[in-house]
Amino acid sequence: MKSTINYIAEIFRAIWSLLTGMKVTAKYFFTPWNNVTQQYPENRDTLVMFDRFRGEVIMPHNENNEHKCTGCGICEINCPNGSIEIISKSIVNEEGKKKRIIDQHIYHLAMCTFCNLCVKTCPSEAIVMGQKFEHAYWNRTSMTKVLNQPGSKIMEGIKE
Amino acid sequence: MAFEKYDFTPLTQAIHKALIENVSPLLTTIIEWTIIGVLFLLFIAIFGLLLVYVERKVCAAFQQRLGPMRVGPWGLLQTIADFVKLLMKELITPKSVDKFLYNLAPFIVIIVPFLTISVIPFAPGLQALDFDIGIFFVTAVSSVGVIGVLLAGWASNNKYSLIGGMRSGAQIVSYELSVGMSLITMVILAGTMQISEIVELQRGGWFLFKGHIPAVLAFFVFVVAGTAETNRGPFDLAEAESELTAGFHTEYSGIKFAFFFLAEYINLFIVSAMATIVFLGGWMPFHFGDWAAFNNVMDFIPGLVWFFIKVFGIIFLIMWFKWTFPRLRIDQILTLEWKYLLPINLFNILLMATMVLLGWHW
Repeated sequence: MKSTINYIAEIFRAIWSLLTGMKVTAKYFFTPWNNVTQQYPENRDTLVMFDRFRGEVIMPHNENNEHKCTGCGICEINCPNGSIEIISKSIVNEEGKKKRIIDQHIYHLAMCTFCNLCVKTCPSEAIVMGQKFEHAYWNRTSMTKVLNQPGSKIMEGIKE
Repeated sequence: MAFEKYDFTPLTQAIHKALIENVSPLLTTIIEWTIIGVLFLLFIAIFGLLLVYVERKVCAAFQQRLGPMRVGPWGLLQTIADFVKLLMKELITPKSVDKFLYNLAPFIVIIVPFLTISVIPFAPGLQALDFDIGIFFVTAVSSVGVIGVLLAGWASNNKYSLIGGMRSGAQIVSYELSVGMSLITMVILAGTMQISEIVELQRGGWFLFKGHIPAVLAFFVFVVAGTAETNRGPFDLAEAESELTAGFHTEYSGIKFAFFFLAEYINLFIVSAMATIVFLGGWMPFHFGDWAAFNNVMDFIPGLVWFFIKVFGIIFLIMWFKWTFPRLRIDQILTLEWKYLLPINLFNILLMATMVLLGWHW
């Protein structure tokens, strides 16, 4: 007797669980505006990528053309495939002291695996991951980028 | 009656009369056969392509995607492009296959929908063959398809094909039983196997409502077993792509592959059409009790439209299953049939017989 009840109860439990699954897909079907597909070339003007998306390494500059990079080279050390090269130079500051600052922060996009290690280890948060993903070029040299803009300086108050 | 203005009988009678007056009876028969054959051929080709498109769109919507969008507006020409591609592909025959059986199998598979479609009433007066034993004919003919699947699996001389064909054989032979029994349940209620008669009996109300509890049970059993019989997901382990590449049609290419593909979709249509005829009243409009105004409005929709609305409703239900549930293992499939569907079915037949005997149906 007990096994018969179990048998029937099992059928109803099974139907209930199947209906639960069907409810989920029905919700997807009847809310087509929640679709995740992007009609890419058509919507490229309005396309917004996710925050966590890693398109390329960029160095944000403020309106006075100032960045946060101290030229310490930690990102270069941490890059697993050598896609970052730091070229630093020495200058003499107002106090007459010798100081090492960044000359060129060179980023080889073609070698980058977008692992995010450079961004994570940067002590002054000078570099971040950008959202641009259209990285097709006619020439390989275009994929070597200098991240600090010409004539830019380090921001005030960045610890070295 | 409001239906009569959509009846196709005067049209078919007029064609028959015009032919018989002008040519000999033999030629008349031949011409009529040719017309019907060409119509079914066109219907199967066009409806198959349409169903593939619908399937891709519905599946995409269930997975929060858009589906084909590039070829033609809303991807409408996608399946036509796919079909043209298949037509132009080379027919590769692997070296070690059994040539005769290998070439025969796709034709056996495609012949089944051609046979079964002939008894389906699309609209009043639009039925090619009206046997006394229509339901029996459908169940008998639809089990021929498994021979094609087994032949394809065996003749390909490939372990994936063989496993796929054997699985498919075990599955179709088992589920044939459930399909037949759920149809028998409804035949008890109808008291006839003639399909036109079954549709006519549902003028006062569809069998799904007339036979209430056992009819609803039989309907669900029929849809589940019908899905299994057409080798569609979640019962598609005959071609389980993740384990068997493509199952029994792994070695086929070009138009022979297209035959298997088309047969699958037309079988889907036939299962839905049978469910429509037996449970949802075929081309009969939806009537509700004595709401005369409502019933009159429903009568204005032609029978052909009603038929396809219902068929697409059931096709949607089957696609919903397919794109929601994960694929069953072979032992789970056989357990479902022999331990659940078969006892339920036997009980259901008893229930229906008792109900008909005591007059508990409407």
